[in-house]
Amino acid sequence: MFGKPSHTGRTLQYVALTGYLIFLGFPLVWLLSTAFKPPRELVRLHPSLIPSNPTVQNFVQAFTEQQLGRAALNSLQVSLASAVLTVLVALPASYALARFRTRLGTVALGWVLLSQLFPFVLLIIPIFLILRQVGLANTHAGLVLIYVVWALPFALWMLQGFVRNIPRELEEAASVDGASRLQVLRRVVFPLLAPGIVATALFSFISAWNEFFFALVLVKTPELATLPVALARFVGIEGTARLGPLAAGSLLATLPSLIFFAVMQRRLSSGSLAGAVKG
Amino acid sequence: MLRSRFRRLAAAAAVAVVGLGALTACGDGGGKDETSSGPVKLRFLSLAWQKESLQANKDLVAKWNAEHPDIQVEYVQGDWNSVHDQLVTSFEGGDVADIVHYEASAIGEFSKQGYLADVSKLLSDDFKGQIDQGVWDTATFDDKVAGVPFLLESQVVIANKKLLDAAGIAVPPADGGWTWDEFQANAQKLTKPGQYGAAWALKSPTNRVLNLALNYDGKFFYSDGGKTEVKVGDAEKEVPKRIHDMIYTSKSASPEALGMSGADTLPGFFGGKYAMLPGSVSLRQQMVEQAPAGFEWVTLPPIKGLSSKQAANPQTLSIAEDSKHKKQAAQFLEWFLNPANMAALAKGDWLVPTGKQANEELVKLTNGKQGWDVAADSAADLTVAPFQKADGYPEWKTKYATPALQQYFANKITLDQLGTQLVDGGKQVLR
Repeated sequence: MFGKPSHTGRTLQYVALTGYLIFLGFPLVWLLSTAFKPPRELVRLHPSLIPSNPTVQNFVQAFTEQQLGRAALNSLQVSLASAVLTVLVALPASYALARFRTRLGTVALGWVLLSQLFPFVLLIIPIFLILRQVGLANTHAGLVLIYVVWALPFALWMLQGFVRNIPRELEEAASVDGASRLQVLRRVVFPLLAPGIVATALFSFISAWNEFFFALVLVKTPELATLPVALARFVGIEGTARLGPLAAGSLLATLPSLIFFAVMQRRLSSGSLAGAVKG
Repeated sequence: MLRSRFRRLAAAAAVAVVGLGALTACGDGGGKDETSSGPVKLRFLSLAWQKESLQANKDLVAKWNAEHPDIQVEYVQGDWNSVHDQLVTSFEGGDVADIVHYEASAIGEFSKQGYLADVSKLLSDDFKGQIDQGVWDTATFDDKVAGVPFLLESQVVIANKKLLDAAGIAVPPADGGWTWDEFQANAQKLTKPGQYGAAWALKSPTNRVLNLALNYDGKFFYSDGGKTEVKVGDAEKEVPKRIHDMIYTSKSASPEALGMSGADTLPGFFGGKYAMLPGSVSLRQQMVEQAPAGFEWVTLPPIKGLSSKQAANPQTLSIAEDSKHKKQAAQFLEWFLNPANMAALAKGDWLVPTGKQANEELVKLTNGKQGWDVAADSAADLTVAPFQKADGYPEWKTKYATPALQQYFANKITLDQLGTQLVDGGKQVLR
């Protein structure tokens, strides 16, 4: 349907792509630059991208004042546990919703969507009271539980979309070849679902990693604080911020997501189903 | 290959489940009841955030803990942006810190709901006598003192000394600030191509306008027979009109600063674009830390109208009504806010201590340099303002006053239209 792009067209594509990458990457580059600037360079009328007198003082302050290392480790534990548990719960449920279409399933999907509309503040006090009742307030386990519940609706929607994209014929063909139901799931469905599973895990990880409000309210012990809560402490009255340490901490906060994404992105590549079924 | 993928997935799941189990096991049961034996444990939610202030708070808590093995204080760091939500949920959930740091204008709501103890019954007369009654009034709601006011913030003017000298403008003494007329005339003298006399940072204009309106006795909120209403007469109009004139008539104030917060104006100030910054006394901290080498700045006293009065909204330390150890919490507060300690806390935050002795000690300690003489003197001008006691003020401010003032300062509506919008807003939210 589409012909091969001409040389000019291809050049324009690259220019557009480069522009887009610069647009996307600029905040990160600016963050990197700010993190290494001494205080006097942060408020110049004409700021420079490259610090004139780069310093690691912002990192030292960020780590010594707010225990950012510990907070990052807390965030990592909570986010990893949330991501894996979300996938474990969402996987069978999304398969059932996609493959066994019943009226109940449709209603369940509608409810899942509707549940996303409740604002945080409406839920936080009941959640807090329930967690306290069951002894999970002020624990990472309680936080993970909330994150899993919070991420599940979207994860379900996401995964059931991936399941629907797997042709039923593949499963039927495997059955005809003598595979049991479990074998079909293990050998055909799950491998083909890998990009979906990775995407869902990534979504759950990032949403837990960035979450602030539940972590702020549900966790009281300073040693259990997560990274977003620790970073907020560099912001003062009426939005005045200590830019240097905040940038240094924020840079640290972006790294795990970037690394996680870089490691997992290979799994996200589409096209694993290409040519699976000849039609 | 399929099998190995599945195995890896299963392994990851197993790791997560085991990890979660470990987390559950290790998760500290912070909500657990304290044992009856051992030292009394108090939680102190602090909002200190400046480097020096943070250190001063932590050092004092550590010193207390070392000297008082029977009453141990746990320092818990909060932040200004989210503390309100944090406190609402903590109060509702019955798990609030024993000692809570916040500000006078915000604790009234919690006090009226019964969440805060009346500290006047817990503190000694000696301690209470250090702080003026006018300052105590800012934290008093329905005859109940909901917190100890300990740090004050006043509005002063930070100026570029070299530009003042070049324009032949003398720096006034700490106790002799300019009148509004003098301030406007000097701003005019300091205005030339590429340079404005002043930059009014008006991103959040309401508190600032209402604070400064007291210079002309502008109260905005008037109560009669238990009913409160907003009135905007000549007294209330004076300050916004003067600021507006500086921006649009004499053009001695920068229009681009309208959307800025106080700290946003600093690059322009350091770059010589603005000669004076009317702003909080705490801006001095950024001057010390961020001003380029060789940059000379001075702190000018508050501007005078009929008086130099401003609304005092001190930072406070409250004791939770639910605290099981109110007496010990009060004991800690008296120690934590003794004159020497209060001076150290104020120095860390670049604010004015409420205690008279602490204020004197701080001026002595700093030799009045870096604007500490002006800061100390400005404490006398701070008073409780009617808007601080009005129940519907936060809603009026957000829904009506801030948008109306922003429109007025953007020259979109007239002064009379501003007045009408503020009064009508008052009718919507005040009962």
